[in-house]
Amino acid sequence: MVALTYHAPTTLDEAVSLLSNATLPAKVMSGGTDLIIQMQRMIDSERLIVDVKKIPELTTASLSAEGLTLGPALCCSKFTRRDDIKQRFPGLVEAAYLIGSTQVQGRASIGGNLCNASPAADTIPALIANNAICRIHGAGGERRIAVEKFVTGVGQNCLEEGELLASIEIPAPAVRTKDAYLRFIPRTEMDIAVAGAAVSVTLDEQGTCIAARVAIGAVAPTALLVPAAAEALVGSRLEDGALAKASAAVSEAASPITDRRGTADFRRHVVGVLTKRAAKIAAERAGEGE
Amino acid sequence: MKAHVTTRINQESVEFLCEPSETLLRVLRDNLGMTGTKEGCGSGDCGACSVVLDGELVCSCLVLGVEAQGASIETVEGVAASDELHVIQQKFLEHAALQCGVCTPGLIVATKALLAENPSPTEAEARYYLAGNLCRCTGYDKIIKAVMDSAATMREGA
Repeated sequence: MVALTYHAPTTLDEAVSLLSNATLPAKVMSGGTDLIIQMQRMIDSERLIVDVKKIPELTTASLSAEGLTLGPALCCSKFTRRDDIKQRFPGLVEAAYLIGSTQVQGRASIGGNLCNASPAADTIPALIANNAICRIHGAGGERRIAVEKFVTGVGQNCLEEGELLASIEIPAPAVRTKDAYLRFIPRTEMDIAVAGAAVSVTLDEQGTCIAARVAIGAVAPTALLVPAAAEALVGSRLEDGALAKASAAVSEAASPITDRRGTADFRRHVVGVLTKRAAKIAAERAGEGE
Repeated sequence: MKAHVTTRINQESVEFLCEPSETLLRVLRDNLGMTGTKEGCGSGDCGACSVVLDGELVCSCLVLGVEAQGASIETVEGVAASDELHVIQQKFLEHAALQCGVCTPGLIVATKALLAENPSPTEAEARYYLAGNLCRCTGYDKIIKAVMDSAATMREGA
C-alpha cells in the first residue's frame, strides 16, 4: 500500500483546512471500503487521508418535518436500522441494504457510495429519485447541487480541491409519496448491479399518479434521471400502458456497455423491467399511506 | 511515521504502534500476535478477517489500524469467556462445520454478531447475514446447521 499521512479531524472546518492546505494528494475517507482497496493498488506517491468519521454531524441522520439530513459518513448498517427513515424512504434504505456484505455495510456509507461514483452504485439512483441535494463545504463557503449533477463521470464527482460533502438533504416527500429501488444481479447477494432502477411516485386520493421521479443505474457512465419515464407515469394509475411507456423511456435513455456481467441489449431490456416493477412497488407503498 | 494507538481489544486496554497504511488485520496479526483473525482475500470479499468494531461487524482488512484509536474491538480470541468454548464454537465442532478452518474464526465472530442482533433468525436470514463469509470447503450446509443449532441452544440458555 502507498504511504499515508492520516488525520481524523473533529470539525468540518478543520477537515476543510486540512484539505485546502494539503501538500500531498489528499483523499477524504468515509467507510474506506473502496478507498483502502484503491490505495492498496497504488505504489508510488504518498497520500494524505482525512478520515471524516470523527466529525459528529457527518455520521448523524436526522428526520424532521423538513425532510432527511443525512451525514454522508454514517455507515449503512446504522442507516438501515433506522425504522423511522425506512418508513419514509423505504427504497433508499433498500438500496443501502444491498451494498456488499454485512461486514461492508458496517463501514460503507451512502456519502462514500456517492463520492466514489461507480456507475453501478446502488444508492445513487435512489437518492436521485428522492430529489436529494448535496451540501458541499469548502474554504470559500457552502454550495448545493442536486445528486444527478454531483456525479460527473465514471468515478468522478464535482468536488473541487479542498471541498467535501457535508450532508445529503432530502426534502420531506409530499403526502402519498413513496420510493422503491430494484437491481438485477445474477446471484442472490454480494454482487454489483447489472442494472438498477429507483422510482418515487406521488398519488392523489383516487390513486392517480400526480408526480414521479425515475432514475436508473449501471446502464450509463453515471446514474441518470429520466424525466420522460416520469412523464409517462404522471396522470396514469400505473396501468400497463403507462408502465410500458416508462419502460421504453428508460431503455431509450440507457447507454449501457457490454461486459461479462451483461450485454448492452440485456441491460437496456432489464432496466425497463426493473423500472416497471419498482414503479408498481412505489405506488403500492404510496397507496398504503403513512 | 508510526502512529501510537490506544484501543480496547476484548475488554482489555491495548496500545500499539503502526504505520498509517497498515490495516487493522495486519496490526492484529503481526504487531499484536493475535493470529486467530485470518486473512483470506485482503479485499473485503471473504469475511475471514471479521471483527466487531464499536458494535459493528466489519472486515479488519478494510479498517486502518490508526482508526482503532479510542475504539472497542472484539476478535475471535474474545468469543469464549473462559477456558470453556462458547456455544457457537461448540456447535461448529459438533456439526463438523469446518474443514480447513480459515473461514471459521470469521464465521464464529459473524455468527455471534448475528445472534446478538437477531436471536431467532430464519435460515434465510442467517444465510443473508453471513453471505459475506465465504467458505470454500463445506458447502455451507453444516455451517448453517451449526448456526441454527447455536441460536436454538442460546435461546434456551437465555
